[in-house]
Amino acid sequence: MKRKLILIAAVLCIVLIALTGCSKDQTQTLSILNYDIYMDKSLLNEFELKYGVKIKYDTYSTPEEMYIKAKAGASNYDLIISSEYMIERMINEGMINKLNFDNIPNYKYIDETFKNQPYDPNNEYAVPYFWGTLGILYNKNNVDASSDSWAMLWDENHSQRIIMMDSQRDSFGAALKLLGYSMNTVDEKELDEAKELLIKQRPLIMTYITDGAPDIMVNEEADMALVWSGEAVSAMAENENLDFVIPKEGSNIWIDAMFIPATTKNQELAEKFIDFLCTTEATLRNIDEVWYSTVHTEAINEVDEELLNNPAFNIPEEDIEKMEMFRDPKEFIDLYTERWTEMTAE
Amino acid sequence: MKDRTKYFAYPYVLWIIIFIVFPSFLVLLYSMTTKESNGLTTIQFTLENFKKFFNPLYINILWDSIYLAAISTVICLLLGYPAAYIISKAHLSKRNTLLFLCILPMWMNMLLRTYAWMTILGNNGIINNLLSFLGLPTFNMLYTRGATVMGMVYNFLPFMILPVYTALSKMDIGILEAADDLGANKYVKFRKIILPLSMPGVISGIIMVFMPAVSTFIIPQLLGGNKNMMIGNLIEKLFILNGDWNFGSSISIIMMIIILIAMSIMNKFDVDKEGGARLW
Repeated sequence: MKRKLILIAAVLCIVLIALTGCSKDQTQTLSILNYDIYMDKSLLNEFELKYGVKIKYDTYSTPEEMYIKAKAGASNYDLIISSEYMIERMINEGMINKLNFDNIPNYKYIDETFKNQPYDPNNEYAVPYFWGTLGILYNKNNVDASSDSWAMLWDENHSQRIIMMDSQRDSFGAALKLLGYSMNTVDEKELDEAKELLIKQRPLIMTYITDGAPDIMVNEEADMALVWSGEAVSAMAENENLDFVIPKEGSNIWIDAMFIPATTKNQELAEKFIDFLCTTEATLRNIDEVWYSTVHTEAINEVDEELLNNPAFNIPEEDIEKMEMFRDPKEFIDLYTERWTEMTAE
Repeated sequence: MKDRTKYFAYPYVLWIIIFIVFPSFLVLLYSMTTKESNGLTTIQFTLENFKKFFNPLYINILWDSIYLAAISTVICLLLGYPAAYIISKAHLSKRNTLLFLCILPMWMNMLLRTYAWMTILGNNGIINNLLSFLGLPTFNMLYTRGATVMGMVYNFLPFMILPVYTALSKMDIGILEAADDLGANKYVKFRKIILPLSMPGVISGIIMVFMPAVSTFIIPQLLGGNKNMMIGNLIEKLFILNGDWNFGSSISIIMMIIILIAMSIMNKFDVDKEGGARLW
């Protein structure tokens, strides 16, 4: 009996060493968590070579998913790129480290418009990465966009040819705006009305998806889709029948930013990486990959004329005035999640 | 001299403990504790997570999953049994090729195969292009319940064919010859001998298809367009988006119990107690 126990213990030790021993490597590792399709990946390679480090790159599709990944702590991320309302929540919950801006000299290139925003009022925690909006990508041949309204997504003439986003804040945002409410409502009655509206819309929907809508639109398999502006730019570049509208009721303006979670063991390296991404060259290469509007004051001068004429990239001032930024609704977020689950389960 | 070969089983025992018993225990623990539990000192037990499930909203999702999985299983059986029968009756030289063709798709990643179906079924996909080329009306196929069922049948069909084939090919030729000698015709032979003797394979097949089908989440997501939530989607959502691991765990436990009950009922019908073509 004793021999057996010793044997089992020995094998257990070997397995545990094999599972955990990998980290004894001398090279530093930088662990990054980013949205899917949101960076020119050759930049990662370049950074690895330049600093002799290894990068571990993970992706996610919605901020809610990112929050769970960061919170579960299965992987100690050194750098995360995500959206403002989730950053606000994580700052409130003490999950984010303050940055040492001495290591990020290229911060000076970030447009002042995107600094001092409500999610990080004193510019201590996050460096803006890209910004954009939410709107409707549609096929000019099949859709009449003259109404310029979110109601387009509820048009029964396009039944089974409308794509909604599998992201609770964005889909609720469109419904809330159509009802004339704030995208940040903390009124249960308003949220319930929006839920009813989304349930009414369900029979018309082709699919609920994140990240996949541009491909379907380019293939002309659907008539319209709720998308983020960069998705629209990339789809419009591939199919000239597509166009983008930011509805008159107003939309969402979002800022995605880079920040360092408290779980990091490599803050300085992560700051170097942020600085690297803030160079003009890296920014230009990322624009070429993701097509979102840039926060970089130098890079904006070097993008193509054609891109500057695209309202999904160079978003018009009069639309921006009507836009609302998502805020962290604190405990009320549970109600959003609950209503969203109920809507999808209906 | 003691038999020492049993020591070779220890790594596997260890494997089971680390990767099966311990995680299952964690799932059980999560399902019975509150969200506020943080470590051993603050642990709080509750049955609230199980109670929450008995809400028409979630029960409907469960029924719907069982319904879709049952349809897929029946279709798999109707397609798989004849296929297995034909393979087992084929000449030896052809038999291996047929079996190989049956397993071949499984060499490719399931996700890739499912994506391939999206381009086949899409509004401008291969089938609809062919239909419109022939001047026929086109159909909305992708992102429907039918597409979900089709994806499940396609992905899980080999799990039906293989055990049925094993049962059929192991059958004692002598018994069939005896039946011939006693004057049984083809139909009697099938009904009285072949079908009962292949039942263990059929039961394994049903379990092997039903289990992954009832808990799949990627197929309804990709082919069903995320519109009809199955229980697997609900669990995934609770874990990944809502962060409600406790409720998610309790649903997983409920699913485990349902599958266990289903399996024990199936085993009642199992005539071959010796093991035969059963997978466990």
